[in-house]
Amino acid sequence: MRVNVTVNGEQRQADDVWEGESLLFLLRERLGLPGSKNACEQGECGSCTVYLDDVPVCACLVAAGQAEDREVRTVEGLARGDRLDPVQEAFVEAGAVQCGFCTPGLVVAAHDLLDRVPKPSDPEIREALAGNLCRCTGYEKILEAVRLAASRKEAGA
Amino acid sequence: MDFLRPDTLAEALAHKAGRPDAVPIAGGTDVMVELNFDHRRPAALLDLTRIAELRTWDEDDGAVRIGAAVPYARIIEELGGRLPGLAMASRTVGSPQIRNRGTVGGNLGAASPAGDTHPVLLAAGASVEAASTRGTRLIPATDFYLGVKRHALEPDELITAVHVPVTRAPQQFSKVGTRNAMVIAVCSFAVALHPAEHRVGAAVGSAAPTPRRASAAEEFLSAELTSTNQWESPEPLLDSVKRRFGDLVAEAASPIDDVRGSAAYRKHALSVLARRTLGWAWQDYAGKVA
Repeated sequence: MRVNVTVNGEQRQADDVWEGESLLFLLRERLGLPGSKNACEQGECGSCTVYLDDVPVCACLVAAGQAEDREVRTVEGLARGDRLDPVQEAFVEAGAVQCGFCTPGLVVAAHDLLDRVPKPSDPEIREALAGNLCRCTGYEKILEAVRLAASRKEAGA
Repeated sequence: MDFLRPDTLAEALAHKAGRPDAVPIAGGTDVMVELNFDHRRPAALLDLTRIAELRTWDEDDGAVRIGAAVPYARIIEELGGRLPGLAMASRTVGSPQIRNRGTVGGNLGAASPAGDTHPVLLAAGASVEAASTRGTRLIPATDFYLGVKRHALEPDELITAVHVPVTRAPQQFSKVGTRNAMVIAVCSFAVALHPAEHRVGAAVGSAAPTPRRASAAEEFLSAELTSTNQWESPEPLLDSVKRRFGDLVAEAASPIDDVRGSAAYRKHALSVLARRTLGWAWQDYAGKVA
């Protein structure tokens, strides 16, 4: 089947999409957007987190056909041109990256959190990131990055 | 495989009548896992996410009718005050990403014995609204679960909503798992006080082939509270009453040994959950009456 979807502000189209395939497969394998990572394929790890109509979801659990006429924003769509999003900058500066596999999902989840809650408490950060696994167990630096991004956004606001 | 994408409920029901083998999909949190792992290859998927009327809720005649495609995140955000038990159970589902997508309709459709909302629906006295081109009917939650992942829907029916009585009386839900997020319950328990009817609802999850009510526990506690006039003037519950309630809840379960826990552990944990949640609910009730 054909799927029409807006991805990172751009109207995209994919043909020969299998009816049972996921939005994640569509993004990575058909639309050339490998930022969202494919790991557990069951919503446990959060590595494939993307915005679907502004709501963070696991792209592996959305059927590609369900994205028809909807808006998807992936980690590739967070930066403005060459300028990284403050959350991405904070992850780089805090060293919140080890192997990097979970990073795109965590960046999207943290981005959503700071949109909703500009000054999150630690429990709020933990709860917001509870759906994202880092198998390097680098959570301390990730928490630091979110705190840093929050303070930057506050200072910039 | 076909991908059916109805825009209205009438269209969806027509699809389901013509293609009873079509698998409904809303949040995809169960169905997509089965597809991703090739555990299931249905002839057709029936996407319910475009149907506006399934994504709304409204209150009428003392109950909230929640459209089958309303995600947990909205139940938590919008219905916590009216449906405390369901909101509580919804908060324990998966992770933020899962709660943004998963729905009570899907929980019912999957009918897993471990589904998080089932014990609350049973304890609160909810009904499942099922529709087909033949008409619409309400199935009491008590009659809905027939076996492991089996429910009372006919092949041409879709779950369109769940009706949950609004309450100001305390309800509690608890589940046991290895961590706080993304846990399939080892066992779970819900209790709902129904002061107007002098009755207590109690139900267990993940501890029998289906979610089920703990009827003997309900009857014991309801009779105990009524005979001691506690609905009007609540006293702190005797430890012996809480223990008996917990024991009867454990007896209602017929759990199995599996990777998540042993049958013996589940029974023990249920008795503890029952005692504890009753304690919280009753304390809350006494505070409200006083």
